[in-house]
Amino acid sequence: MIHDFTYLKPGTLQEALSMLSEHKDECKIICGGQSLLIVMRQGLLVTDYLIDIKGLKELSYIAYDEEGLKIGATTTHRAIETSEMIKQKYPVLVTVEKRLASIQVRNWGTIAGNLAHGDSSGDLAPTLIALNARIKLASSSGSRIVPLEEFYTGLFETAMEKDELVVEVQIPPVRPKTAVAYKKFNLIENDQAIVGVAAAVTVENGGACKEARLVLSNAGVTPIRAKSAEMVLIGKKLAGALLVKAGEAACGDADPVSDIHASEEYRRHLIKVLTERMLKQAWGQAAHS
Amino acid sequence: MEKQLLTLTVNDQKYELYISPKTLLVEVIRDHIGLTGTKRGCETVSCGVCTVMIDDMAVKSCSILAVQAEGRHITTVEGLEKNGKLAPIQKAFLDHGSYQCGFCTAGMLMSCAALLRENPSPTKTEIKEGIEGNICRCTGYNSIVRAVEALAKGNYKEE
Repeated sequence: MIHDFTYLKPGTLQEALSMLSEHKDECKIICGGQSLLIVMRQGLLVTDYLIDIKGLKELSYIAYDEEGLKIGATTTHRAIETSEMIKQKYPVLVTVEKRLASIQVRNWGTIAGNLAHGDSSGDLAPTLIALNARIKLASSSGSRIVPLEEFYTGLFETAMEKDELVVEVQIPPVRPKTAVAYKKFNLIENDQAIVGVAAAVTVENGGACKEARLVLSNAGVTPIRAKSAEMVLIGKKLAGALLVKAGEAACGDADPVSDIHASEEYRRHLIKVLTERMLKQAWGQAAHS
Repeated sequence: MEKQLLTLTVNDQKYELYISPKTLLVEVIRDHIGLTGTKRGCETVSCGVCTVMIDDMAVKSCSILAVQAEGRHITTVEGLEKNGKLAPIQKAFLDHGSYQCGFCTAGMLMSCAALLRENPSPTKTEIKEGIEGNICRCTGYNSIVRAVEALAKGNYKEE
């Protein structure tokens, strides 16, 4: 049963920001609501005001230039999934989107709603962190850009102030000799990740690893960057034993829970296996790019 | 909480409703407008029985506020038939026995109809992807896929 609220529908971003500033202590933002309405119905979230930004067309865009990719907050998952440009420049995002929930959810749900909801089992956040993405936040007093890696501060907690709104996701161009891979493990295809691993690998001309970014999904209360696993890889050449070592390091970086879906032990095992596989996949693609 | 006036277009007909803003689209369709073809199932965006089309896109009406659908075109399963004649997808479902208990049927029809509007000749894989958000608890997926395959081959024409 959803608790009563007053519904506010701004016509412009400016109007949304002033509504947010006025009601910041007693409001929530809804966009597609594919996550929010579930927790509202479960009574986990009660709000006096609901500000609906789904209709803000000015925030629905996908643009690419030399600075990289910019995706507006209200852009739907489906728009990302079907974008030819994203398929060319950031194919991993299309792979991720195709396995995200269902077509119905992707038709209505939005990138900013997904990221701001802050569920650590999300697929986009770890992939975007591996891609070194930033998130642009706006309030009535200005805007700021935060690396997505620093955006998540706790269980369903983000670095956003109460009067702030996500307006854009920015992804730098993928560097030469770089590839990114993501895979989640689940029992029903397209379900939430029991765990997931995103790996970005940049190789040197000699074939050694120049840079790696490894990000784990649902391996803790926030997406986790497995930095000790990354350290294992830098300067090394691809080898089975190296991948095993990186997988074990990623296990050490993870802090998974036991729940109805999997025990902590099983999650650690999956993280190890997926880390090896995703590194191998990204490394192979980067070497041949 | 204060109710508000909402104008919704469902199956090309305009409805003026006086509702609380927390009312879900599925509640408006079933309880306020009285079109009960659309079902309520899991209500957690998982099962797909509440699927309707908004502007020709399949969406789950259990997780959309009715006020968010204002100004858009909503199609429910009742809107598929034209002038008393079944739509091709409905005929194909009938011919292929694409239902057992029938509870998922309205949602399946809407997902298939949305798929076919986007892609009139989908492959078997594309059909399966098209109904990924709909669960058939009787597990009668194959007959649904066969019905859409028959449509994709052009075996059914709009009357």
